[in-house]
This record gives sequence, structure tokens and C-alpha cells, in this order.
Amino acid sequence: MPPKSPETCLVELCGISKSFASKNIVSNVSFSVHRGQIVTLIGPNGAGKSTVMRLALSLLKPDEGKVIRAKDIVIGYMPQNINIDASLPLSVLEFLNLRPKTTREECKKALDAVGAIHCLLSPIQAVSGGEMQRILLARAIIGKPDLLVLDEPVQGVDINGQESIYRIISDLKDNLNCGVLMISHDLHLVMSGTDHVICLNKHICCSGMPSQIQDAPEYRALLGSAVGKSFSLYKHDHDHHHDTGGNIVKDDHHDG
Amino acid sequence: MMDDFIINAIIGGLLVALAAGPLGCFLVWRRMAYFGDTISHSALMGVALGVALGTSHVLTIIVTSLFISLFLLLLERGGKFSSDTLLGILAHAALSVGLILISLQDSFRQDMMFYLIGDILAITPEDIFTLSLMTLGTLIGVAFIWRSLLTITVHEELARVEGENILLTKVIYMSLIAILVALAIKVVGALLITAMMIIPAAAARTMADSPLKMAVISSLLGALSVFLGIFASSQWDVPAGPAIIISATLLFFIGRIISARE
Repeated sequence: MPPKSPETCLVELCGISKSFASKNIVSNVSFSVHRGQIVTLIGPNGAGKSTVMRLALSLLKPDEGKVIRAKDIVIGYMPQNINIDASLPLSVLEFLNLRPKTTREECKKALDAVGAIHCLLSPIQAVSGGEMQRILLARAIIGKPDLLVLDEPVQGVDINGQESIYRIISDLKDNLNCGVLMISHDLHLVMSGTDHVICLNKHICCSGMPSQIQDAPEYRALLGSAVGKSFSLYKHDHDHHHDTGGNIVKDDHHDG
Repeated sequence: MMDDFIINAIIGGLLVALAAGPLGCFLVWRRMAYFGDTISHSALMGVALGVALGTSHVLTIIVTSLFISLFLLLLERGGKFSSDTLLGILAHAALSVGLILISLQDSFRQDMMFYLIGDILAITPEDIFTLSLMTLGTLIGVAFIWRSLLTITVHEELARVEGENILLTKVIYMSLIAILVALAIKVVGALLITAMMIIPAAAARTMADSPLKMAVISSLLGALSVFLGIFASSQWDVPAGPAIIISATLLFFIGRIISARE
């Protein structure tokens, strides 16, 4: 193993395919996440984004291909949502403290870093949607992860809240010098600073760098320049489209 | 001066209540009340199996319950049916096997009622010895898996990513329930064991602001229910098992009324 360098590959998916009940979910997906890199998965509902993420986390075994993960890396995972029964009396602090090898001090620090320290002693079931996203992010960053895996981190959060969560993620990435793999809930807007966008619809349709939102006047007008700094625009470049069954149809000509 | 059998009954009941507190809390938190029923039905099958094999050893009950729980874990992996449906299938299959085994043994039919609603006044000093060991073992076991099981209860995949051993924790938890059910069968009976676990836990909810406090209060309320139930039983000559459960239920409603007023 080479020593940890900024270029260390944290996780690599090589030609991954997965099906459930003989229904193909994703096929031949390959990409990697390096230290200091932000990779964003986008795609329509049912495109297999969560499946790819769960494969990368080794929560699922691929039918074909393999997942290579760097040895001894700490992973911070932020699930999409969390549903805790109201019968469980659990404060936010205790929720965070459930992460293995953690102290209360570390939990408080993490909660402070995501701007949700005011929730510290609230029952976990009583926080708002936006606060919950921050708390889940706090749980993911405890233990100084090498790789952050975030499933729709700004889902259900208003645009100003999204801006602020994206800024926190960006700061965390710089401070922890970690890699980030995240699913975006939006097909065109991704977090600013994203190095690589992967558009998924059962297979990788296209991928590349996003363009800065400042370059796209329509979005700048829509979001305002301050908020716009946290987002980038991804321009898709497909040479095919999908029919309603999800099958690939090659384009005969380019639109427009 | 209290009779010896009343004292034995109280000690036996307290031991069961102590172990039932934390285990019952997890049943409530994990929305698994039905799992308790499945295990108690399996335990009944275990009792019948034991009689058929000519042994009344408590190990027969534990092994049968464990076998059914592990079978459940295996079935859950298929992923086609919710665990609710699978529990329903296993619970009633086990119950039916048990009932058929019982029907084949004439001498056993009269004792059936004791296994259904318990026979706490028949607890012997040897029973108390076994109960003490198993309660101690159960509490140590719960302490061992406490944080891990709590993490899994909150979010199973998150727990897996964070490195918890899900399967080991679940198997230990199921084993602890199987042990508790086997030891509680004489106290409240197979029909009411789930109640002994979930009612004190539910009653403890309004009085607790942390998981640990809820588990401790749950044990205390269970113990109080045992006292009240045995008192009612000796006072009005009613079966002790159901009287314990009714006491727990009253505590639950009193708690609800007090918390609603605040």
C-alpha cells in the first residue's frame, strides 16, 4: 500500500452490475472516488442511484464486477432519512453518541460544525427536516472520516438551507481532506465544487465536470448570486434516451 | 407471616420482571411486539415437545424457541414478505404443532392451563435458583449488546456501515428473549409473556427521557405489577398471572392520565 497521498483512491467500482428478482437495476457501472474529490450521482427516480451507493458501501454485493475499497479508511454515511419510533426516548446527543468509539465532546463538536448545536438535548423525533439533515451529517463526520457518503443531503430543505448545508459539506471536505460521494436530488443542480458528475439511469449515461453556475445567467437570475455560489450546473450530454421501460434507445439525430 | 409459596412467587416474579424490562423496551422500540408472541407460541411447542420426549427441562423450551427465531432470521433474508407475515406463519405453525403434540398425551391435557396462564404459586426454591441464573445471564447479555442493538434499532444500514455486527447482535437478542420466555412461562404463562414485556415498557415511556432510564423504570414497574398481582391473587383468589398483567395495564393507564394532565 502506498502512503496516504492526496491522490489516494478511496473506493473504486469496476464494472458493477446488480439485479433484484431478475430485474436489472444497474449494469456496468465504473467510477472511483479519490481523496479531496467530490463525486455527485444524479439521475431520475428508479435510476439505481441508491443501489450504486449501497454497493459502494458494501451493504450490497454486486452480481458482476467488484468494489475495491482502500484499507482502514473511516467512512461517514448519511442515510436519506431515518425513522425512529416515538416510543424511544432519545436525545440528539445520545443519537450521535451511538456512533462507535465516540465521546460526548466529539458529538458536540460535530453538531456545532453543522450549525445544529441548539438541538443538542432535543428529542430526536422533535427536530425539523432541515435540522435532521444537519444532525445526520454530524453523525457522519464524527470520527474524522476519509470518505463521506451522503444520500440526498439537502432533500426537503429550502434553497437557503441547501446553500448552507452545501457550504458546510465543502468546508468539511477541506478540513477533513476526505473524499465525498453524494446523491443529488436535482437533475441539473449539483453542489459547487463537484469534481465529477455521474448521470445514472441503470447505466452511466454521461459524466463529466459541471460548469459554474455563475456562467449560466438563467440560474443566477433564479437563485441570486449569493446562493448561486454554492451550486453548479451540470449540462447533460446524452447520445441516447430511455423509453418508458428504461430501455436504451439510440438517438438518430441530436436535438436542437 | 407470609407463606413460603407466596415468598417464592414474589421472588420468582421479581426476577422475571427485572429481565423483562430492558428486553421489552427493545420489543417496543423495534415495533416487534408480535415477535414476543411468536416466541411464546414456540415455547408452548417446546413444552409439549419436552413432555413428549419425557423431559420437562427448561432447555427444551429454550432450544425450540431459538430454533424458531433462527428460522425467522433465515426467512427474512428472502425479502419477499414483511417480518409481520413471517412471524404470523411461524407463530401459528409452532402453536399448532404444540397443540397436536399435547392432544396426543392424555395425562398432559389437565396441566395445559398452567402453561397458558402460568402457575406462579407453584414456584419452587429450585425454580428460583434457575430463574436467578437466567435473569443474571439475561441482564449481562443485554448490557453486552445494549449500544449495538440501540444503534441497529435507530438505523440498521447506518449501524452496518459504522461496523456493528448486526447478525451477532440480533442472534444474542433473540436468544435472550427465548431464555426470558422460557423462564417466564411458569410465572405468567405463554399467553401473557409478551404482555409482561411490553406493558411495563410502554408504561415507562412517559416517565423516561433516555433509553436507559426507560429500561430501568420498565423493570421497576414490572416488579410493582408482580407485587400488586400476587396481592390481588391472594386477596380475591384469582389467577396470579392475569392479575399481574392487569396491574401492569392499570399502571400504564395511570401513567397516561398523569402525563396527559401535565
